[in-house]
Amino acid sequence: MNALKNPANMFTAVVMVIFALTPFVAPAIGETFYVTVFARIMIWGIAAVSLNLIMGYGGLISFGHAVYLGIGGYTVGILAFHGVTNAWIQWPLAIGLSGLIALIFGAISLRTKGVYFIMITLALAQMIFFLSVSAERYGSDDGLNILARSDFGVSFFSLEDKMTMYYTIFAFLVASVLVSWRLVNSRFGNIMRAAKSNDARVQSIGVATYRYRLTAFVIAGIMCGIAGLLQANFERFVSPDMMNWPRSGELIFMVVLGGMSTLFGPVTGAFVFLMLSEILAGWTHHWHIIFGPFLVLVVLFARGGIAGLLTPKSRRE
Amino acid sequence: MDYVLLTEQVLNGFQLGIILFLMAAGLTLVFGIMDLVNLAHGSMFMIGAFVGGTFALLTGSFVLGVILMVPAMLVIGVVVEMTTLRTLYPRDHLDQVLATFGLILFFNEAVRLIWGPEGLVVPLPDYLDGIVSLGFGITYPVYRIVIIVIGLLVAFGLYLLVGKTRIGMLIRAGASNRTMAGALGVNIPKLFSIVFGIGAVLAGLAGLIITPITQAAIGMGEDVLILAFVVIVIGGIGSIRGAFIASIVTGLIDTLGRSFLDVLLLLFLPANAAESAGPAVSSMLIYILMAAILFFRPQGLFPPKGAQ
Amino acid sequence: MTKPVALSANSLIKTFGGLTATDNLSLSVETGEIHAVIGPNGAGKTTLVNMLSGEMRPDAGNILFNGRDITRMAGPARVRAGLARSYQITSIFRDFTTLENVMLSVQATQGHSFRFWKPVSRDTSLIDPARALLERVGLGDRMEVRAGDLAYGEQRQLEIAISLATEPTFLLLDEPMAGMGPEESQGMITFLRALKGDYTMLLVEHDMDAVFALADRITVLVYGKVIATGARDDIRNDPAVREAYLGEEEIV
Repeated sequence: MNALKNPANMFTAVVMVIFALTPFVAPAIGETFYVTVFARIMIWGIAAVSLNLIMGYGGLISFGHAVYLGIGGYTVGILAFHGVTNAWIQWPLAIGLSGLIALIFGAISLRTKGVYFIMITLALAQMIFFLSVSAERYGSDDGLNILARSDFGVSFFSLEDKMTMYYTIFAFLVASVLVSWRLVNSRFGNIMRAAKSNDARVQSIGVATYRYRLTAFVIAGIMCGIAGLLQANFERFVSPDMMNWPRSGELIFMVVLGGMSTLFGPVTGAFVFLMLSEILAGWTHHWHIIFGPFLVLVVLFARGGIAGLLTPKSRRE
Repeated sequence: MDYVLLTEQVLNGFQLGIILFLMAAGLTLVFGIMDLVNLAHGSMFMIGAFVGGTFALLTGSFVLGVILMVPAMLVIGVVVEMTTLRTLYPRDHLDQVLATFGLILFFNEAVRLIWGPEGLVVPLPDYLDGIVSLGFGITYPVYRIVIIVIGLLVAFGLYLLVGKTRIGMLIRAGASNRTMAGALGVNIPKLFSIVFGIGAVLAGLAGLIITPITQAAIGMGEDVLILAFVVIVIGGIGSIRGAFIASIVTGLIDTLGRSFLDVLLLLFLPANAAESAGPAVSSMLIYILMAAILFFRPQGLFPPKGAQ
Repeated sequence: MTKPVALSANSLIKTFGGLTATDNLSLSVETGEIHAVIGPNGAGKTTLVNMLSGEMRPDAGNILFNGRDITRMAGPARVRAGLARSYQITSIFRDFTTLENVMLSVQATQGHSFRFWKPVSRDTSLIDPARALLERVGLGDRMEVRAGDLAYGEQRQLEIAISLATEPTFLLLDEPMAGMGPEESQGMITFLRALKGDYTMLLVEHDMDAVFALADRITVLVYGKVIATGARDDIRNDPAVREAYLGEEEIV
């Protein structure tokens, strides 16, 4: 329990407990609205965890990560539109497509570095965005309503049930953190982290880093694709906006806000980001006028994010 | 397809290319010289449109609006550079992306507060609002020709500025080797402010001259910004020449793709497939072009000398 | 009787813009020897190392390693074939501990790293060899220190330890004494001498004391050209070399 003495860990623990208990607590205090809010936050949390995997641990600043939300989401949406609601078809396809697109985009963009990488990931993501805008059949800008959630074909597990939907999202959030924890500390993660700090040296001990980066890129894409398919199911709606570039920017910010290269940072980042938006939006319609400068200030003065602020100085490297 | 439509679309593509070039020129210089990823360049496009448009409406003269926009954008650009961007130069690209993303949110909301959510309609003066015959049965809006001419003049002016003047020499030195420029005793902060100011004016000009066609809207700069990214990636970061060529190519391919791709696809696909695939594929064309170019030349077509 | 050649460069040419960094350069390193490459600044020594390690491609010429043409082989593949390098500017993983630095290198030699689940921090197949190597190079009591916090001389040793962990047969050492004081240099000389016999080495170095203390043979580069190559004592006494390069420097 010593770990809980660190305020950052304490904060993480509180957030996770809130996530776990909300479906019971919220109705009791008459605020069922929070069940929806936290489910949304958890979905963004999964996406942010996936981005942190490549950005925080791999140093790959992808500015098009939200595209995988769109791929996962639209796979579910389009299949449902054509009457295919079977989860055993929808989910593997959504995961496979996210992985495939990540493989193609990664193979192209990882040939470049620095600013080029940022802009190419952005441009490739926008390509899919414009594709979805041009798809008149699937609603173009207006998006696509999903009449039925993914159907697993068993009576005891139906996403139409609120509790089941919520805890499915929760389970995936926990799983995504667990997976990234194992990955980061494995041999694979060791190469990724080393390549982030000194790519030339990793090559000079005999490792061709490109393949590892590409693999990480695909894993992150799949993880984010899962967040997308959850989002489609939860909202019963997909639209191009879910993968428009500001979403990618927000994902990056969630990761940085919570603390890059920390396990739970992206989750707390998503939590604070979305709660803050919610609160500010409650104050004023023009909340972006506060939020924009806030973002600038975080970048300039709180580079370590929440994890950095809450971690005692002596424990920082 | 008939040649009248083709000529028209080629001119339209050229005009889009000109707009992209005005955006990309400033962006590529800021990248090349300051190594700064500046998303807020898209905001300059928007602010130019709103500020210049307001001047035009107040004075009742579009030309006066354009003229007054220049010093206004210069001031805004320099102020933004001095207050925020300057502190970002030593930071990594991630910080730059985030902070300038924050600036976009701020500027969009500020414009919404000042001008309201509906945007701004800026009418053309009558003498620009006509159609001119180009012979061979081809007619074309006068104003679009004006845009092309303005763009070519600006491109020529930039060429002279960067290629023939002392400040241009410093800019080129900075683009290919920053440390060297510093060692030469160049006043780097001042140079950066000037370059950023010029970039803001060019972006503002692009936003303003497109406004009579599209009207000024919140967030109007963002799609153009992303296209401009594609342009400078293709052209090679820091290269004005690369930006110009890539802008025109991108403008042409995008415009022609949108008008003629479905016709071309008819040659290979059944009618209904071609009709639905046409818009989808044409919206992806320039990105496919970018991916293809990068696959063979990861540094773009014209990487500045010494950048490698 | 000549020993087998471990590495040979044949007629290498490399130009940057108008500048010829390597001009029709040939040299061969015999198995087991320490072969030093010396030359004034700008002689193209680091360019040579970069071409041998695969970080640069020569414009012309070829490189043979144990009889095999590796001219077009990528850097990582060369390392796996047994050709390791160290850097003139210390290139270590500063945020990793000393032990983790070497563990990473051990990991790299154990085949692919597409292993996603088991934590490296408890992987004895990495820890044990890394510990053993660090003991051997004299960093045994510094294993848990963050590499960025090591003393400079220790960082230079770690630099070479990382290369050794890839189980090379051949070491390309790019100025291992760079930036060292006399005492640290002496330590490095002792360290490298202990490795002699186990590895073939190509040593690029400015420190003439170190070169004459360690090298069996020496090649002298000036402006990317070989102006002399031969046994240590022949080079020391070669009047052309003394004039062109060693100049007024006092030779021991």
